[in-house]
This record gives sequence, structure tokens and C-alpha cells, in this order.
Amino acid sequence: MATRVDGGMGTPMARGAVVEWARDIYDDLDFTVVRQWLEDHPKGKAGGYLPVYAPREVLHATGFLPVGIHGGGDRLEIIRGDAFYQSYICHLPRSVIELAQSGRLDMLSAVLFPSTCDVIRNLSGIWKLLYPDVYVRYVDVPQIPDPGAAAEFWAGELRRLLDDLGDVTGHRPTDEELRRSIALYNETREMIRTLYAARRERPWDVPTEELYLLLRAGESVAPEEFIARAKQYLAAVAADPKRQRDNSRVVIVGAFCEQPPLGLIKSIERAGCYIVDDDFLVGNRFLTHDVPTDGDPVRALADAFIRNDMKSSVLYEIDPGGKRSLMKNRVAAANADGIIFATPSFCDPALLDQPMLRNGAEKAGIPCIAFKYAENTGQFQQFREQAGTFADSIKLWGAA
Amino acid sequence: MSVALKDRSMVLQKEMIADHFEKLAHATETKTPVVYTFVPGNLTELIRSFGALPVLPEINALQSGMRKLSGEYIAEAERAGHSEDVCTYVKCDIGMMRSGNIGPGGKKLPKPDLLLLSYTGCYTFMKWFELLREEYDCPTVMFHVPYQGDGKLEPEHREYMLRQLREQVIPALEKATGRKYDEEKLRHHLALSAMAEEDLVAVLQAGKKRPSPIDGYFGTVYYVGPIFSAFRGTQEGVDYYRALREEVEERAMLGLGPITPDGPLEGEKYRLVVEGPPNWTHFRDFWKMFADEKAVVVASTYTKVGGTYDFGFRHDPNDPLGTLADYCSGCYTNLNLPSRIDMICQYIKEYEADGFLINSVKSCNSFSAGQLMILREVEKRTGIPGAFIESDLVDPRYFSAANIKNRLESYFQMIDARRAGKTP
Ligand code: SF4
Ligand code: SF4
Repeated sequence: MATRVDGGMGTPMARGAVVEWARDIYDDLDFTVVRQWLEDHPKGKAGGYLPVYAPREVLHATGFLPVGIHGGGDRLEIIRGDAFYQSYICHLPRSVIELAQSGRLDMLSAVLFPSTCDVIRNLSGIWKLLYPDVYVRYVDVPQIPDPGAAAEFWAGELRRLLDDLGDVTGHRPTDEELRRSIALYNETREMIRTLYAARRERPWDVPTEELYLLLRAGESVAPEEFIARAKQYLAAVAADPKRQRDNSRVVIVGAFCEQPPLGLIKSIERAGCYIVDDDFLVGNRFLTHDVPTDGDPVRALADAFIRNDMKSSVLYEIDPGGKRSLMKNRVAAANADGIIFATPSFCDPALLDQPMLRNGAEKAGIPCIAFKYAENTGQFQQFREQAGTFADSIKLWGAA
Repeated sequence: MSVALKDRSMVLQKEMIADHFEKLAHATETKTPVVYTFVPGNLTELIRSFGALPVLPEINALQSGMRKLSGEYIAEAERAGHSEDVCTYVKCDIGMMRSGNIGPGGKKLPKPDLLLLSYTGCYTFMKWFELLREEYDCPTVMFHVPYQGDGKLEPEHREYMLRQLREQVIPALEKATGRKYDEEKLRHHLALSAMAEEDLVAVLQAGKKRPSPIDGYFGTVYYVGPIFSAFRGTQEGVDYYRALREEVEERAMLGLGPITPDGPLEGEKYRLVVEGPPNWTHFRDFWKMFADEKAVVVASTYTKVGGTYDFGFRHDPNDPLGTLADYCSGCYTNLNLPSRIDMICQYIKEYEADGFLINSVKSCNSFSAGQLMILREVEKRTGIPGAFIESDLVDPRYFSAANIKNRLESYFQMIDARRAGKTP
């Protein structure tokens, strides 16, 4: 059960206390913080979203607490979920179904299924059949950055969501309310960018295990609470500097949907790699620039998506050279030494993209390794060895 | 080979396909533009209206599967870094390209002048053309067909498709072919499509007869071949479907069963509905497992991936772009799971099936993710237990003949037992 932290959100907290707060939320597959929020907000509702990108502002403005649904990882035994999925389909949907069929998601009044892949798309249909009382929408984001037709289409989808979700809560937000939600999520994304920048600059001070737990907690709590805890965390980090080690700097690519078990992240770090960029939970920072808070807010959200410069396996790449240059650019931006392609088994978007991305990386002389995981992988020895050898070879290669 | 296999429609189809690949082989000399695109949501009439020839990589992949070449092509792609976990159509295509791009006609396929990415009902399509673009270095245009998540075509989605056709797809075709968009030509092709579609539906619905004169899965994948690929909107297509319809109607009149690889099937014993694509590497063996048991597939969903004509859709020359949008939206893989279930239940009822089977292919999340839910729901609604088998499209490693045969045999025994219980 997630424990409440003493002292309120404005007071300083030790790094360990913030991390433990986040870990409790991460470990708690009963979503107690969400249930608590619902008790504290009798008019509010909880609205889930699957990976990768869902417009959280719209959920928030219509009175929902947006809740990220990321499966049960290695903390959930699959009893019912396997009856829904063949062995050659990734682990995420069976784990999500397990959470739902065991009643752990019964607090959700709406669930959004973004156009991440055909598995999540078809899961939306399963949800409609299993939970006819829940509002279910497949969120088909535009695939081309066209300011005409695509922006208009996406604005239409957002309006539809505002209407439908507003019907569920009984609250159709004013433009001003939607702008306030947009501003709040601008602040959230800015905070996440700050955390990522801090880790990029001082990965020894901001271990990815801690950063990740904080982000996972952010998928279940109100944005204000996440922002406050993140500030406390950064303040605690600044007050508690650690010693830099001679680790290699790596970027993790391919883990944007089904999340790796925490043990895998820890194994990579303990094997001598500083993770300096990754695509874990990337939906939380999918929009790379602030959404304007003046003018028509729906249009602002739609245009922000179209103008966005996030590159992702879940979107069509319009630039013919885009896949080839992407890894080079990301490695340069993170000042990294190499790439670990860590992808869930049977993950179409990640695995179909990988040859193009890896090719571009290797042509640019960037060392790469690749492995596959499932969210419930329990043995990390092999990953640790692979990552350790990789880290060593980078050092040797760098010194050569 | 039986005499019946030399039916006029078969001869016609063979000639049409040979002619098409011959034209493709000489496309460069004849300066005929070539557009690669996908089966679901293909815009063949539009492509043809620009004087271009379509190439459908899925058709090439399935042909490679049938000609036992896919195993090596897939291995080639995997050696080049493609994952064993992803769709084997993609890998088969990439392997074929890397091995000289020799098409089903035995001649080299031309490079595309345009990749027309009709993103309809399958996420993999998007990656497939990104991958091909890396190899061919040619222009690509994306046509985003919104998924029918709520089980219907929403008016805004139709509008979005229309705008893309006008603002993206047509200009890209104009640029790639050097020709102007000609709506009259498009109407002409659409009118031909509608004629062929009318005859195709008559063929498909012949499966309602007892005995069924067609096999609605194994036989019908041949029947839908021309309309799902390069021949919708052509006179050859019209002639083919007219001839086919005449043959099928004649067989129905004579009370004959379908033609199978071993000749006409007599004594239809089981009537099945099938969901999911077939396996291509062992296509004849797979079909034989049904035919040997006198099991006839009366209707299938796979034969609707290139259009759900039997539910009333026809291309409409009076609304040329609108009809293309409607067509794309309605392809089977673009329908949500509840709609797919409704369709299967309707087939079971209208075609008086006594069983249904799901062939779940490892390659295809678009089809396969959710099929166990389909199985449960269809069983619940119809009271008919279903069978579930697993294979793959073109990866021979995933076809286990013994397992599938066992599964089918026990399934047919179960149908017998149920019948015996009901009719003492
Ligand atoms: S892990 Fe990959 S294949 Fe599975 S649901 Fe997520 S994006 Fe889709
Ligand atoms: S995933 Fe399925 S629909 Fe998509 S290309 Fe492969 S076989 Fe075709």
C-alpha cells in the first residue's frame, strides 16, 4: 500500500523518502493512491490510458485523474491474462487484462487506447466487450505532420474526447479550464525535462532506478503532486552529491511501451553503464515544447502535436533520412557513448524499427548492443553480463 | 490435375497474372510508372487512372510462400538484422528484394516510382514501407485511414481521408507519374470495379447453398486474387468475375461441391466458417486436411481483407474520392473486434455453418491479437464450439502438420458427437 509522506509537499524531504514514496506507488498494483484520490474528490473520476501518447490534458480538464496503465511487470502473476493471448504476443496486454480481470482497474470510468500498435488497438475492442460500462476510445493520432488535414483531424478527435469524457464526468470544461490543464501539463513536461537534464549531466547523482520510480509514481498521482515530489527530489539530490564513477554513458532505445522490470534497469546500471537517455514512459514528455495557453486551446493542443519534434517508433517518419540520423542525434544530444536496444519480445514497433535505427547508428560509428525482455523477466544475470561487456568495450574502444 | 481445374476462369486468371508481371518486367522500357501499395485499402483504380501499374508486396510474399522460397528469403532478412518476432511478409519481401527482386513471374520486378502507404488496418504497413524506402530511396506518400474503433466510419474521418487524397495522395501520384489527375478516367475504372464486385459477391454467397459449390477460404483466396490486387477496375477483372460467376452458378445448379486440389469434393460433411489468414507454405496440404474430411469452408473473414463487398459496398463512380475513402475504411482489418465478431456470427447463421475455426498466424498482430476473445464470444453467442489452430503465413518453421491435423480431426469428431447427441 502506498504510504502518505509526512511534511506536506512544500517541505524538504530526504532523497530516500521521496524514492520510497514513489516505490510504494510503483509496487502497489491495487492503485491505492488513485482510489484515495477518488475518495478525496467525490466528483472526480479516474481515466486510464495505455502507452504511448494520450492527451492527458483532456482527461484532466474533464475532471479525470489521468492514470497510466503499464501492466503489472514482474509483480503480477498471470492467471487469467494468458487465456486472452497467444504465446507470440507481447506480455503487456495479458498483464493489463490480468489487472482488469482481477478487479484492480475497477476504479477506471474511462480508458484511452492510443494508436501505438495493433495489439493495443485490438485491446480496445476487448475492453469494449468485457467492460461495457467503461468509456473506451481508440485514440488514432495523425501520422503525418501536416498542418492542414492532419491538424484538423486531430482537433476533431480532441473535441470528440472532450465531449465524450465530459459526458462521463458531467463536466464539459470551459476553454479557460482546458488552458489551465494545458499549463499544468506544460509544467509537468518541463519538470520531466529538468529531471532528464539533471541525469544527463550528473548520472551518478540521479540514478535511473530513482528517476524511473518517480516517473512511474507520476503516472498515478495528480500532476501537482508529481511536480512537488520531483522538486523535493531534485533539491535532495543537490544536497547529497555522489561520487562519479568511470562508467560508460548509454542510451536505451525500444522500451517505450511494455516497461522493463526495475531489476533490468538496475542491472544495466550496476554493470557499469550510466543511462543518460531512454524512452521509458515516453508519453509523459511526448510533446517536446510547451503548448500555447492563449487562443483556442483545442487547436493549440492539435497544432502542438503536429509541430512536435518527438521521433518515435509509433509514428510514421516522414523524413526519408530520419531513421538513419535519429540515433546519431540522440547519442550526440545525450553525450552518450553507445546504445542499448532493449525491446520487449514480440514488440512490432520497436523490433521493426530496430534494423533502420541500428544501421544508422553503426554507420555513425556508435557501438550498439540489443536484447529483448518481457516485463516479468526475472533473471538478470545475462543482461548484466552483456551490459558489463558492452561498458568495458566502450571504454576500450573510446581509449583506442 | 483434374479437368475442372482448367475452368475458363482459371485460365483467364493465369493469363492475366502472367501478362501483369510481363508488363512489370518491361515497365522501365515502356516508361510505365510503378506504384507499390498494400492489399487492404489499395487505391488500384486511382493508380490505374494515372496509367501506373500496382505492385503488392503481400501478394509477392504469399507467392514466394507457395513456391517454397519464403524460408530462404526470411533467413536472408534475419541475417540482415530483422527480428524473428515480426511479420514474415515483411521479411520475405525484404529477403526477396535482397536476392535480386525476382517476382512471381520469374522476372525481375521494377523499382517503385512511388510507395503509396495506405495505412489501413495494420500497423506493420507503416514500418514495411519505411524499410522499403531505406532500400529503394524513392518517394513515399502516407494515406492514413482511421481505424473504425467505434465500429463505424465517422464523418470527420471520411473528411480527413478525402483531404489527404486531394492534398497528399493525388499530388504525389501526379509527381511520380508526370500525369494530371483525370477524374473521368477514375470514374471509368470505378464503374468497372463495381461490375466485378457484383459478380464476386454472387460467387461468395454461393457458399450459402447446400452443398456449397465453392470453398469460401482455400478456393476463394484464388477468386479474390484479381480484385484484391492489380485487376480491380480493369476490363480483365470484369471478364474474369463474369466467367467465374457463370462457372460457380453452373456448379450450384448441378449440385456440385467445390473444386479442391484433388478434384471436385463430393459429399459435403462439415460446413465451416474460418477466421484468419491461411498458411501459404503448406497451402495444399492444409487444404487437403479439410477436403479429406469433406469439410467445406462456406465463408471466411480473410477473403474480406481487400473489401467487404458482401455487406453491400460497391465502388461508386458518382463519388470517386468518397468511395475510395469508404472502401478503405471498410476493409476487414480496419474493423474493430466487436464488428469482426458480429461478422463471424452472421456468417455462421446465414451460411448455416456447423463449426468455426480460427487459424491464428504468428506474423500478424492485426489479425491475431484478440482472436482468443473472438473465439470465446462467438462460442457464447452461437452456442457452437470453435477450433483454434496456430501457424504462420510464409514462415515454414511454424507449420506443424501433425499438430494441426490432430487438432482438426478431434474437432470434426466433436462436431460428429454433437450431431449424434442432437439427432439420436
Ligand atoms: S509492447 Fe510493443 S507490441 Fe506490445 S503492446 Fe506495446 S507497442 Fe504493442
Ligand atoms: S501484420 Fe498482418 S496485416 Fe500487417 S502486413 Fe503482416 S500479415 Fe499483413
